[in-house]
Amino acid sequence: MCLAVPLKVVAVEGNEATVDLGGVRSRARLDLLGEEVKPGDYVLVHTGFAIRRLDPADAEETLKLFDELLSASDDGGD
Amino acid sequence: MTAVTDPFRLRDPARAEKLARTLRRLAPGRTVKLVHVCGTHEAAIAEHGLRSLLPEGVEVYEGPGCPVCVTSTADINVAVKLALEKDVVLCTFGDMLRVPGSELTLEEARAQGADVRVVLSAADAVRIARENPRKEVVFFAVGFETTAPATAAVLLGSPPHNFSVLCSHKLIPPALEALLRENTAVEGFLAPGHVSVIIGADAYRELARKHRIPVVVGGFEPLDVLYAVALLLKQLRDGRAEVENAYPRAVRPEGNPKAKELMGRAFEVVDAVWRGIGTIPTSGLGIREELSRFDARKKFGVEAGVGMEEPPGCRCPEVIMAKAVPTDCPLFGTACTPLSPVGPCMVGAEGACAIWYKYGERPRL
Amino acid sequence: MRKPLSEEKITALHGAGGELMNRLVAELRELFPLRAAGEVGLDDLDDGASLSLPQGEVVVTTDSHVVKPLSFPGGDIGKLAASGTVNDLAVMGARPVAMTLGLIIEEGFPISELKKFLSSLAEVLREVGAALVTGDTKVMGKGEMDGLVMNTTGIGVAERIIRDSGLRPGDKIIITGPVGDHGMAVLAAREGIPVEGEIKSDVSPIWPLVERALSIGGVTAMKDPTRGGLAAALNEMARKSGVGITVREEEIPVRPEVRGLAELLGISPLNLACEGRAVIGVSPDRAEAVLSALREHPLGRDARIIGEAIPEHRGKVVLETRVGGRRYLEMPLGDPLPRIC
Repeated sequence: MCLAVPLKVVAVEGNEATVDLGGVRSRARLDLLGEEVKPGDYVLVHTGFAIRRLDPADAEETLKLFDELLSASDDGGD
Repeated sequence: MTAVTDPFRLRDPARAEKLARTLRRLAPGRTVKLVHVCGTHEAAIAEHGLRSLLPEGVEVYEGPGCPVCVTSTADINVAVKLALEKDVVLCTFGDMLRVPGSELTLEEARAQGADVRVVLSAADAVRIARENPRKEVVFFAVGFETTAPATAAVLLGSPPHNFSVLCSHKLIPPALEALLRENTAVEGFLAPGHVSVIIGADAYRELARKHRIPVVVGGFEPLDVLYAVALLLKQLRDGRAEVENAYPRAVRPEGNPKAKELMGRAFEVVDAVWRGIGTIPTSGLGIREELSRFDARKKFGVEAGVGMEEPPGCRCPEVIMAKAVPTDCPLFGTACTPLSPVGPCMVGAEGACAIWYKYGERPRL
Repeated sequence: MRKPLSEEKITALHGAGGELMNRLVAELRELFPLRAAGEVGLDDLDDGASLSLPQGEVVVTTDSHVVKPLSFPGGDIGKLAASGTVNDLAVMGARPVAMTLGLIIEEGFPISELKKFLSSLAEVLREVGAALVTGDTKVMGKGEMDGLVMNTTGIGVAERIIRDSGLRPGDKIIITGPVGDHGMAVLAAREGIPVEGEIKSDVSPIWPLVERALSIGGVTAMKDPTRGGLAAALNEMARKSGVGITVREEEIPVRPEVRGLAELLGISPLNLACEGRAVIGVSPDRAEAVLSALREHPLGRDARIIGEAIPEHRGKVVLETRVGGRRYLEMPLGDPLPRIC
């Protein structure tokens, strides 16, 4: 369950962020975040609330994780 | 074009193909039954056709992962009653509109003149309450730990007096426990990524240890799902039963402390009735006494009629317990379709049956 | 001095066939540059119209148009009614010649609004060179209906009829532009989805585009992907033609803003209505030529070959997903609702 989408923050005003949806913009409440969010960050948005700030560097890490698994199993031949 | 919806390049077909090959190598050559408990996982699997990339014998079932489907008929009856008899503006998520109670869906109540509105956020319901100070506005709150913190935030954010919440939030870990008691054939859990963003990967440690079952927290992009399944197969191959986090870009071991704190301040843990399953102890959230002026049940004194049993032939209880896939049910696609759903798995957009119907999912295409 | 009510709002008298109605009709009539396609036309106010049609097969289509809200980004009910009608003719291979218009109006409806909607309708007819030849106006009581309903009948002439059932294995499937714009624009406007910036409906007459495709030749089947979107159109074509269709998700054009909002709302753009697109089946040897011809027209700039008809999976549509998975693309059910989970 729980549709949540990573969206780019374009502006922050108080406890609300404006987020980009491919040209049109929507808003996300920031009440649930313990950390600060600034324009350019990505946030994971569920029912109009950001539930996590995302770091694009972490996404790169994710791709690395995938590739590690792939190379490990390629080498190991398992 | 993909920058919006795939900013992190997690739908890359080349990697997907490699992952599929790795999965084939990791497959144990016998039937393995894995369970996820998340309609969004099921939708990702079905929408992207991922079952066609899984090796022979690796079966992924949807457990009780659709909060809309497991919302009890009693709660829906209360919502319908509030909307029809108490002259309130009833706000809820689009998912809930077509879910039948004992007699009516909220969409049917609306056709009879009730003021039922689709909102995308609890905050929208509060806004509607502020804009209509003379009307009572009730937010019918459904969803798991991902959704509950937003409801908590609006409850704790001094909403107007004409706002209240009909609370039907539910908790995932007790449902996993209940599933394992019922179905011992399950060999691994693909844990729901967005629930885990809130509760943290550590929330499953006890379950993994007690039942000696691998748990992998997974994201929702096609590559995330394939990767998480690969980790589950690897644990099985190596004889491990651990909690692994395959969605670290969003999920921390401790989860989201601020969201958990808000939930703790607004709600208390209660026993809850799950449609198709029955009562699961400590699996629901109720509004705390201090906030009872915003509790729609107390405010309007409306009590629930008892929920109906699923009709004969309906195999939803087995689908929810991962003992059957939708196409195993004789009613699937004939007597039971999303337009005239028979059981809970067909009622919500995230129910396994509804998803299989919508995406033309088969065990294998 | 205050104008009499009957000059600002529709009243029961406007539908009563008396002088008030005649005056309104005379006024509205002026909006249409082309008012006859034969001996007897709109200006004659006779019991019917007569048509002098060119050589060929006569195609007739009828439709009732309801939309909520009546105006939406990119269009309104008038543009929708005219485009819907001429597009139904176009995808059968017919040049639109004439249209009739029945108006059912709720008492109290602002006359200025009505004129605005009829102007958009007239603009579409002007674009394709079709005449409004006869019409009818009825008024219903306040609360007995919701604003305005239009009923249209379109008449066109085809040199060669194109069916939605003509696909043969091997035929290429072309979509003439991005899908889901109209459905998303109307959904966002109707549900009051709080977005800044507009998602515009694609509503427009496609005859100029279809005409180009037909002039190249090789067109075997056509359909406009309206209700139920591309998914419904492809399924109907597959079922009726007795072939399977395979389409590649990667090739299906979707505007980024439509895709973004669709993802947020949990809706598939493939299930959202288009009102200015055509799905065209073309024999493989002509497919590239038809595609180039389509792309020369502004409406067809983003036209793409998205798949082909196959002998297997008869009556079904197989979607090859972006990550390389395969699944059936099913016939959608009902209007999509935004979801959270």
